[in-house]
Amino acid sequence: MSDVIRLTTPLSDEDVVKLKAGDRVLISGVIYTGRDAAHKRMIEALEKGEPLPFDVKGQVIYYVGPSPAKPGRPIGAAGPTTSYRMNPYAPKLIRLGLKGMIGKGKMSEEVREHCIKYKAVYFGAIGGCGALLSQRIKKAEVIAYEDLGPEAVRRLEVEDFPVIVVYDTHGGNLEEIGIKQYRVVE
Amino acid sequence: MRVIDLSEVTEAIAKLCIDANYNLPEDVYNALKEAIEKEKSPVGKAVLQHIIENADLAREGVAPICQDCGLAVIFMEIGQDVRFTGGNLKDAIFEGVRKGYREGYLRKSTCHPFTRANIGDNTPPVIHYDIVPGDKVRIVVAPKGGGSENMSQVVMLKPADGVEGIIETVVKRVDEAGGNPCPPIIVGVGVGGTFERSAFLAKKALLRPVGKPNPDVEIARIEQEILERVNKLGIGPMGWGGTVTALAVHFEMEPVHIASLPCAININCHVARHKEIIL
Ligand code: SF4
Repeated sequence: MSDVIRLTTPLSDEDVVKLKAGDRVLISGVIYTGRDAAHKRMIEALEKGEPLPFDVKGQVIYYVGPSPAKPGRPIGAAGPTTSYRMNPYAPKLIRLGLKGMIGKGKMSEEVREHCIKYKAVYFGAIGGCGALLSQRIKKAEVIAYEDLGPEAVRRLEVEDFPVIVVYDTHGGNLEEIGIKQYRVVE
Repeated sequence: MRVIDLSEVTEAIAKLCIDANYNLPEDVYNALKEAIEKEKSPVGKAVLQHIIENADLAREGVAPICQDCGLAVIFMEIGQDVRFTGGNLKDAIFEGVRKGYREGYLRKSTCHPFTRANIGDNTPPVIHYDIVPGDKVRIVVAPKGGGSENMSQVVMLKPADGVEGIIETVVKRVDEAGGNPCPPIIVGVGVGGTFERSAFLAKKALLRPVGKPNPDVEIARIEQEILERVNKLGIGPMGWGGTVTALAVHFEMEPVHIASLPCAININCHVARHKEIIL
């Protein structure tokens, strides 16, 4: 395992090209949340020529629908949701300058190719660790689509949010590397 | 005839919803701890350590174990000598779910299938009723996350496919699921009756204490074989490579139709929640 790399958002091309699949990264700064329903609305907004709730350039979207915050806390449990459901939407946002997605599980070939071509990174966070990850979120504010409840778009301020690089900008893929290493073929 | 007031059922269900979402069952917790030793990948080990740390934080009440507090799947075993008073049973159960998800700061995850508008109170739960002898009521609440449920499957195999066909089907499904269902997973396999009976058996298999083998030695052997083959896939914790892809395989079997061999695979994530009470 490599040393931990610290990154602060927004991310530049230089920030992301140095990352390799398997690198452990701690992200600080502002990131935005979005799941299926929010992505659908964002893409519809773009098609109608309307602005997005936030400029995606250089930003990171975290695929999460948090549980309600307990009194005195900024957010409830906040671990990643399964990313493949965002396959239809992610490429368009990457083309607009999105630099990172945080989720869990595989994404499509198209997303992987977009990561190479437009210099973006797909990060993995540990699924089912909602309580732990919530502690790295210092502030949370709904900025759009409040009616979607847990699926609303939130602006999060995070500190040392732990992720691992799954798809890098060079075609590296942690799932392929990791699984190949431990697969026993008979 | 024993009389139970339905307010008792509501209270019990509310408590179970909260308890299940904050306190990982001891058997799951211990199996995850043992997995740290078994896991060969350093990344996988680190993931498992985080999972344990997360369970501890949830137990302290920081936040639920997972933000996906699940669809409330409820098993009601009702003694035939019980009579309920104070309303109707279904309403009492729904109210328990509403109360638990509201008071426990749990995420409400039910929505309209097409508009995707959130229902707002996590109803309706999925309720399985069973009438049993006696005058007690056993309630099990098993919140089920969407990520692992989405990787589940029912396949109508041919009788000629046999045991080997079942094993192949399960291993293939786990392989395809990869990191999506938040491994290490627990695999529930159900074979029996019809299409929906198999799915029910697969779900019920997930309630068994982790790694407790089926009492039938031949089925226990199949469970073991599937587990070994699944753990050779290399998927590992979160699908980032490793030797612990599943903590256990639980297989439940019943007779089937002479023309059929239905095989249901219900995958549970490492947040394998279920809590019960006997009234
Ligand atoms: S699959 Fe389980 S652990 Fe993963 S996000 Fe869903 S409920 Fe949580």
